This record gives sequence, structure tokens and C-alpha cells, in this order.
Amino acid sequence: MVKPKIIILRTAGTNCDKETKFAFDLAGGKAELVHINEIASSRIDLSSYQILAIPGGFSYGDDVAAGKILANELTFKLKEQITKFIKQGKLIIGICNGFQVLVKAGILSVDSLFKQDISLINNDSGKFEDRWTYLKAQNKKCVWARDLPEVVYFPVAHGEGKFVLDNKKVLGVLKENGQIVFQYSNSKGTLTPYPDNPNGSLDNIAGICDKTGRILGLMPHPERHIMGSQHPRWTREGLKKYGDGLLIFKNGVEYARKHL
Amino acid sequence: MFYRVQIKEKPGIFDAQASGIIKDIQDLGIQIPISLEFCQIYNIEADIVQADIKRICEELLVDKITQEYSVTEDADSFSARKDCFVIEVAYNLGVMDPTEASVKKAIRDLGIKGIKSVQRSKKYIIRGKLSSAQIKIITDKLLVNKVIQHSVGRGPQKCLSQSVNELKATELNYVDLMSATDAKLINISKKGQLFLNLDEMRAIKKYFTKFKRNPTDVELETLAQTWSEHCVHKTFRGKIEYIEKIPNSKFQIPNKSQNPKSKIKNKKFKIKKKIINNLLKSTIMKATKELDKPWCVSVFSDNAGVIKFDKNYDVCFKVETHNHPSALEPFGGANTGIGGVIRDPMGTGLGAKPIFNTDIFCFGTPDYPASRLPKGTLHPKRIAKGVVSGVRDYGNKMGIPTLNGAVLFDERYIANPLVYCGTAGLIPKGKVFKKVKQSDLIVVVGGRTGRDGIHGATFSSGELTQESEDVSGSAVQIGNPITEKKVLDTLITARDKNLYSSITDCGAGGLSSAVGEMGQDLGAEVYLDRVPLKYKGLKYDEIWISEAQERMVLSVSKNNLKKLLKVFESEDVEATVIGKFTNDKILRLFYYDKKVCELGMDFLHEGIPLYKKKAVVLKPKLKEPRIKPSKDLTPTLKKVLSDYNVASKEWVIRQYDHEVQGGSVLKPLVGVNNDGPSDASVVRPILSSNKGLIVSCGINPRYGEISAYWMAATCIDEALRQIICVGGSIKRTAILDNFCWGNPDNPDRLGSLVSSAYACYDFSKYFGVPFISGKDSLNNEYRVDGKSISIPGTLLISAISVMDDVTKVISMDFKKPGNLIYIVGETKNELGGSIYYKTKNSLGVDVPRVDKNKAKNILEKLSSATDRSLVRSMHDCSEGGMAVALSEMCFAGGLGADIFLAEAPYKTKNEKRNDYVLFSESNSRFVVEVERKNKEKFESILKGLPFGMIGCVSNTDILTVFGLDAKFCVKADINQLKESWQAPLNW
Repeated sequence: MVKPKIIILRTAGTNCDKETKFAFDLAGGKAELVHINEIASSRIDLSSYQILAIPGGFSYGDDVAAGKILANELTFKLKEQITKFIKQGKLIIGICNGFQVLVKAGILSVDSLFKQDISLINNDSGKFEDRWTYLKAQNKKCVWARDLPEVVYFPVAHGEGKFVLDNKKVLGVLKENGQIVFQYSNSKGTLTPYPDNPNGSLDNIAGICDKTGRILGLMPHPERHIMGSQHPRWTREGLKKYGDGLLIFKNGVEYARKHL
Repeated sequence: MFYRVQIKEKPGIFDAQASGIIKDIQDLGIQIPISLEFCQIYNIEADIVQADIKRICEELLVDKITQEYSVTEDADSFSARKDCFVIEVAYNLGVMDPTEASVKKAIRDLGIKGIKSVQRSKKYIIRGKLSSAQIKIITDKLLVNKVIQHSVGRGPQKCLSQSVNELKATELNYVDLMSATDAKLINISKKGQLFLNLDEMRAIKKYFTKFKRNPTDVELETLAQTWSEHCVHKTFRGKIEYIEKIPNSKFQIPNKSQNPKSKIKNKKFKIKKKIINNLLKSTIMKATKELDKPWCVSVFSDNAGVIKFDKNYDVCFKVETHNHPSALEPFGGANTGIGGVIRDPMGTGLGAKPIFNTDIFCFGTPDYPASRLPKGTLHPKRIAKGVVSGVRDYGNKMGIPTLNGAVLFDERYIANPLVYCGTAGLIPKGKVFKKVKQSDLIVVVGGRTGRDGIHGATFSSGELTQESEDVSGSAVQIGNPITEKKVLDTLITARDKNLYSSITDCGAGGLSSAVGEMGQDLGAEVYLDRVPLKYKGLKYDEIWISEAQERMVLSVSKNNLKKLLKVFESEDVEATVIGKFTNDKILRLFYYDKKVCELGMDFLHEGIPLYKKKAVVLKPKLKEPRIKPSKDLTPTLKKVLSDYNVASKEWVIRQYDHEVQGGSVLKPLVGVNNDGPSDASVVRPILSSNKGLIVSCGINPRYGEISAYWMAATCIDEALRQIICVGGSIKRTAILDNFCWGNPDNPDRLGSLVSSAYACYDFSKYFGVPFISGKDSLNNEYRVDGKSISIPGTLLISAISVMDDVTKVISMDFKKPGNLIYIVGETKNELGGSIYYKTKNSLGVDVPRVDKNKAKNILEKLSSATDRSLVRSMHDCSEGGMAVALSEMCFAGGLGADIFLAEAPYKTKNEKRNDYVLFSESNSRFVVEVERKNKEKFESILKGLPFGMIGCVSNTDILTVFGLDAKFCVKADINQLKESWQAPLNW
């Protein structure tokens, strides 16, 4: 069987690239780490891949604001290639810093492509926090979230993850379209405040998809819960082979295999 | 044109940064209600039009969703108003703000050209009924660190590009040593911040007299750097006259009638004398040599010690300190401390990939009154917050999980905090050794050289003084983790393509140290004018000794140069040829057409006169306190749990990414609510393999006040216990030493250093656990108004252990009601230096020892129990003793326990008491949870060793302890115990 090709975009400050590659490979894909300079200089062609993943990290040190400078680079250097990639119905996932990039470049936007109307800003706690979060998952709309259980468990590790919107209308649209894929919750799926909602996000929003369900962005790290031994309590609850996050990568790879 | 862009949050948007600053202001003791508005300012100097600046703002600098902005072309027109204060803070000239480069890049991406400079400043608008004195406190103690920042008057900032000119035609500066008297020599050393003593200055004078010339300034600087305590470790490698004074128990106060002969016999002390040549070789390295473990690959020779990991990889580990810089500028000091130690594995062998960090801090007590602080020092809470932020920033941005650490508090760290940072790295087999070849080119890679970190090596080798922040300000460096991350990414590619023959990092001493070390056997010539600079205006000697961060030095054959430069260029990393290695064993430096230095490598590396120092160990006069026993020890237990040294460090741990790279198996926080204190962390560096690494540490400076020897023994025991607790074994464990001490010229300080080094030898040998690397940082003293405050001698032992199967890892939280609870190991009345005594304001004298008849056996037997999966949870007894271990296991597991003290092996000739059993800190003890069905198997493994089944896990929220008299002595709600433990450091 031909393995779908995943491009994992790297740049200065990317640091979750290798484990994201591991997750995609384990899910049956063939992931490659590619530096943005390789695409910008046309040495590597984005259109030869079926999935684009923007992994976590601190692109360009998160100077100015988290993800902003890479978002700016995508918008001004790779606009055409990305537009084409999306139009071809291909898949995009942005995790943590990747989500910040997608939102700030307007690739995940409610109104129109490359127009930012959502932001991710400083956590209410004012600091970077690494903690595990339960997420209420909505598995209908988004390709990446198919068949996920009602509640999944991933860690967050960020300082700027508070989900905010331009105006309430946008929230209405997101809800109406079923674009809100993940919401911070307690273990039973009830939306609860800090520390369950680790950053003070509006409506506990942790991850959203675009109108087509093919582009997903989320602050928590599914690639950090691929194997059972990554679970913070496996020593008391028992060691499972795989973690909740693997299915997300499998969904992406499976969709690409069938449709792209 | 000059544009001043001011950005702030829109009304109604919660400003987390501003609210954090308000909290910090309250911490300064200012309780007046205030509001604070925070503005980010970009001062942009550029030849661009209005429309461009609008694009820069709206498309780049401003988040339209939450922020608003204004642009002016000149200073703010701000008139002072009542109860409203404006403070604007900018970086000092010469301090590089990493953001400038990013913003310039992003503006280029926008397609806008003509940017000359971008400088950031921060503006705070504070409203409230504050006095001008209070505003000054807020400015000086919180918002501005004058080492790197200043508070600006209103008006456009001076731009660096205009203010400094390039120095080209440099006059060569000679320093007149040949005609200098001794007094003059000392003066030259002092004035030049060389920290060289008279013997060393004389040796240098003699060397140059031979050549009938005076040294240039850069020659003298090179020698000072190479010979600094920081780089050459002269105390550890020199000669020591060691005297142990043992009090004579038969001593009687002499009376006049005694004859002179018996007077000699009746001495107050028995004296043991010894001459030690090279303390390091005769203790720590000796143990490693004698143990001769086949899995030790490279020890004490490279930037980090290397041991075998699996059939494809080795693993290296190094721990460093960055104390003095962190005292002056906590964020920058700690930031570059972790940045520096990360470069150690990167510069080990042909380069290792960092896989985890550790950090251990010692601070002054956080509730120390600000009014009592010594002149020139920062408040411990400010230091603590700054240090944690600095490590967080660099470690997280490098994408290296911070897995293990400790935070200790003691008044004597007020002026001289300790910041230990460690990094381990994974290195492919066959890449562990390196050799510079003749005619190889010298290539400097990564960050540019600036005036930051001048004199760092020599400055950190001396004492801090109240003037340090003025005189040595330039010794503090500013880090840029993203530059280092880029270097790391490309370096690994170049390594795997075999494009260089040797590598080392630019650490203390900068290029001087790196090139000097690499060229030691061959000789080198360097063209200083070719070194890429951050800005113009550096003198040649500044270029040579600058400790600017994020630089590595490679030796590269001519054939590989093109390919190598391409690898770096492809990811925007700067790499420059600055010279070559020769074969005449001479170090030559050039600046443009002038030769500025010519020094023999032999003299540089071996010309340093050997020291002879005196070390005296004298047992302190101490005694055990008399403490009235209380029947109910519950309040005491809560007090012990609330001690800063015992209390939860969750506030720190959560700020570090401990899961990046995906290999986390056992996290620093464990248990039913992910908030119990794990003994050690476990990581699997290769995601497809079950082979793992355990990392832990032992540190306990309080014991050193009673006996430095037993402190060191305890640190080793503690670090090893933690390895055992998570399921590891001492058989594949290696350890590292980090000594932080006061001034070694002081015989009693050196004495305690020597005796702890002896303990390191004894117990490394005893446990069969080799040292693979180490470092010392001496002169941790603070001189103020003629008085010197020394830190307590502080030894950190870090342990790393290879674990074959991480699925056998166990955590410390109680798992299931009904399970049996054992204590393994013997409890003695060893409360000297304990937290229990500390809560009673006493020190005591009976410090915990390590019992060589049993300790190793206990550790090994428990390993076989965990290997056979007979243990559900295990936790060691350390600070706070058995009581704290039990409490932590209870609240981490969300379960109670019933404990019977009479069942614990307890040995004493003196009085037996509940408080002693509960709070004694005797070594080599473990609390172990075992399922009933495994009772016989577990007990048969431990046969012949001291252990007792002391109770069982209960299905309640209550920890009940029945005392030696079978009456309860602790009855506590585990949630309350947890609250006592979590509250103190929940900042």
C-alpha cells in the first residue's frame, strides 16, 4: 500500500517535529521533516505531499507574539502554494505553535482565508504551564477527529494559548458550523474553569477546524499521547499500548489514503 | 525616519502580564491599590513611508483582535499628572535584544526594505497613591535591572548604529610587567579584573622577560582566562596540606603543677596531617579508575562524561553552575547558564543531541525582610522568579524537557544564590572521540560576538562584592535560545555527514578558551578581525575573550569546508573561518595586519604555578537539642511539610516543558491528581525502544554544617535511593559531582571541601557507582562593608541510570487500599541537620551516616524486588524522614494509611521516641507498598536485612500513626497535609 506523504514544516525554533513524525509514521504515513527554506526556494514542492503538519515549538522565538513571524512568512512567501494545497482538498494540522501559526496567518479563519479573526494570547495565569487536560471532543465535522471518544486526554505546554475572538458573531458561526473540535473539560466532559481550562480560553476552546473539517488546529499535544507509557498515571491505572492521540494521526493518514 | 510604535491591550482585554506585575509590586511590600497599564514600544529607525509603517503595525506587530496601537514620530507628549506615573525601560547600549533580528526578518518578509534598527522598550503606566520613594523601589527593584536595562527619559532613543564607530587602526597596548614591582603586579591584576595572584603574575613576568618584551593586553587576558579557577580548577588540581583536628576525649584542662612533658601529651586535639597532590585525581577520579566499569566510555576528559546506552548510542551528562551571573541578573544569568550547559553535550565528542535538562537552585529564604538585605543584592523571591523564568525560557525554547531538579532555601544564599543546570545528550557510537588535525581551519558557528560576557571566567572565579553589579555588569550575558536551536539542528546534520574533525563550545573564556583548548597540542592562529560581530566598536582583546552565547568552534579540513558552510547556510546559521590550526605549538592572534599575541601553548596550559593551600577540618562544637516530646505530632508534621525545603515545587515544575520530545515515561509530578513528588524522572530517548534513562539528584547542605563528610555520603545515598524508588538499579548508574564552596584560601572552608571529596571516593567505591564528570565553583562569597558572607559548602550529586525496560517503572503514590506498607532500612536517632530540628530552630549533632554493612545490600535487594514486579509504590525517606515519605505517598495516591511505628526497625542506645522515629533522616530507608499476595516473595528477597511491615493502605482520607506505645501520635486528613505541603510555594 502506498503510504500518504506528510510534510512536517520546520523552521528556527521548531521543536516538536521529531515526535510528530513518529506519530504519523506509527499511524501508517510517511512523514518528512522539511525546513521552510526548502519550500520557499522551490527545492521542495509542497504539492507532492498530502498532509501538511505545523508542529509545536517556538518559531522565531515567538518574538512579537507566538507563531506570528512564521505566520507572516507563510502569508507572504508561501501564500499561493498553501492556497493551492487547501483548494486541492488536502489536510493541514497545526499543533500548539502550529495552531498559533494557522490562526495568525488566517489559514484557520471564519471569514476568509488569510484574514485573521481569531487569536491565541497570554494565558490568564501569566505563565507557561505544562499540564494534562481532558478534552471534550466533537467527532462529527472534523476529518481528524473521527471516532474519537467523547473525552480525550492530552497535555498542554504553552504560555500563549488563550483562545479569543474578534466578536461574538464569530463564535456563533464556529458553533453553528460545528467547527469547535476540542474543549477543555473535566474527566467527565463538563466544561470547567482553571486549571481544567488551563489558559482561560473563551468557551474552553482548545481546538477548531475549518469549514471543510480538513484543517485542524489545537493547543494540546496529541503527539505526546501516542503510547500508553506517556500517560501521567499509567503506573497506577495500567499500561495500555497506545494513547488517545494516535487516532488523530491515523484519521489523517487514512483520509489521505482514501481521498488524496 | 524615526517611528515610535506603542502597542497595548484593547480596553476590556485581560492583560495577564500587567496583573503579574501588580502581584510582584505587592510582593515588594507595597499594598496600596494600584492599576497598571503595559505598553510594548518598538522604536524603528528606517527609510520608509507612512504606508509601510502602517503595514508593519497592522500586519505584523499588532494583534488586531486584542490590541490597539499608535505611531508617533517623536517623543511622547506626556505631562505629569497626579497619582499617575510612567516608567519606560530599555536595554542598555551593547545589550542585544534577540527580538530585533526576528522583527527585521519579518519586515523583510513583508517586502519592506530600508529598516536600520528596531529597538524595543516597555512602558508601564501606574496609577495609584504612591510616593516617589515607592516609585523608585518599583523601578529599581522590579522593573529595571541596571545591569542590562535603564529607565529612559522621554524622547527618541539613541540608536546603536550611530553611536559607535569601527575601531580599525588599533594601537597595540603593552602592559609594563618587566619593570613592575610586586605591588605593581598586584595592582595590574586588580585593575584589569584578571584575578591573578602574585605568584601567577610573577610567572608571567618571568616568561616575558625571557623574550625581552612586555605582554600585550590580550596576551595577559588570555593567560588570566586560561589560568582562572573557573577554567583550570587550581584548587582541585593543586597541592593541599590537609589537617584533621580530632578532639581528644581524654583532654584535661592543664593545671600549673603539671610537668611540661605531660602537657605535650595532654593535647586538646589529635592531629592527622596529610599532603594531597591533586585532590580530584586522588579522590573522585581515583574511584572511577579503580571501579573500571566497562560501560564508562569517556570520563573526565571531554565537555561531559559518556556512558553506554544501547547498541547504537552512548549517553553523556554534564552539570554546571552559573551562580555569580544569576546573582546580578537572575533571568539572564540562569538563561545563559542553561544555554551554556546545553552546549556541553553539543560539544562532547563530535556532538550529542540534548535529551533532557536538570536544574537545582539554592536561594535565600523567600520571606526574608527586604530591609535587611545586604547592600547591592536582590531580594531572594525576585532572584527565584527570575532564575526560574530564565531556565524556562531557554530550556523550553530549545525543546529539551526539564526532568529533574530541586529548590533549596537558606539565609546564607541571600547574596550568592546557586544555580546548577545539567544536560544529558545522546550520541551515536563512533562519534565519541575527536581529534584536531594539522592545517584544519578554525570555524566559528552560531551567534555573533559582542561585548556581552567580558571577563566572565575571571569574574566567576572571584568573590562577589557590593560593587559587582557596577564593575562586572558586562560579565552578564543575554541568551538567544533560537540561535542555539538553529546551531543544534544544523550541527547534527554536519556531524552525520562527517564534515568536521573536532568541536568544542564557546563557554567561559570565549574563543580564548575554546581555541586555546583545541589547539593545545598543535598551535593555532586566529584573525580576530574576521570574527563576525554583533556591532562595531569591539577591541581585539574583547573579541577574543567575549563570552557571547550560542557559539561553537569547529575544526574543519579544507576539503570539507564548502559542504560544511552549505549545511549551515541552508538554515540561516552563520559560520565563518577565523583561522587555522598549525603545528608549532604557538598561539598567534592577528588583528588586521598586526600581530597582537604570540604565546607558547605549553606556557599557556602548563605554566601556571602550582598552589599549596592549607585545609583544616575541625569538628564543630555542637550538641543535641532538648525537645519536649509532644503526644500529638500532627501539628509538627504539618509544620515539617510546610518547610520551604520540603514543600511542593509544583509552581516551578509546571513552568518547564517536561514532555517535549515525547519520551516521558515517569514525570516529575505523579499520582492520582498529577501533583505528587516523584523521586526521579524516567525518559526514553528513542521512542521505538523500551530502554530508558533515570535521572535524580541528592543535595543537603545543612548536614555539612555538622559534617561535610557525611553530607557527601548522604547526597550519594539520596541520589541512588531515588533511582531505586522508580525501579532502577545501581549497577548501571553513574554520578556527577558539583561542588559549590566559599573561598578555598580559607583553611576551614577548604577543609570541609576536602573531607567531602574523601566521602565521594569512599562511597562511590562502596556502592560501585563511578563519577563520570564534575565541576567545582569556588569563591561563592559576598563581600560587603568589609565582611564576607559565605555560602554553606554545597555538594550536588546528580545520578543517571540506564534502565533496560521502562515498563517496570513504578511511582511513589499509594495505589490500592489493603496493600501492605513496609519500611526497609534501619531508623536511628539521626536528627542532626534534620528538618524537624530546623522547625525547632536547632541543628543537632547526630547527622545521618551511611551504614556500609547494609546500605548497598538494601538498594540491590529492592532492585530485584522491583525487577520482579513485586512493588506497587516506593518512596525514600529523606528530608522530614518517614513521616514526610508516608504523607506524600498518601496524598499523592489520594489514600489514607494506618501505621504502627513499633514495627519499624529502630536502633538506638538512647531514648526511644515517636518524634525521633517519625522525623529521623537516617539514610538508606524506603517506604514500600506491596500487594498482600506478594508478601512472602517480597519478604524472602529482603531476608537478613532490616525491614518491618508497618501497616497498610486504607480506604479513607486519614493517615493514622500509632506510636511506640501503640497510642496514636498522628491523625491527619491527607487533604490537610497536602494543603500544608502545597501552600508555601504556590506563587
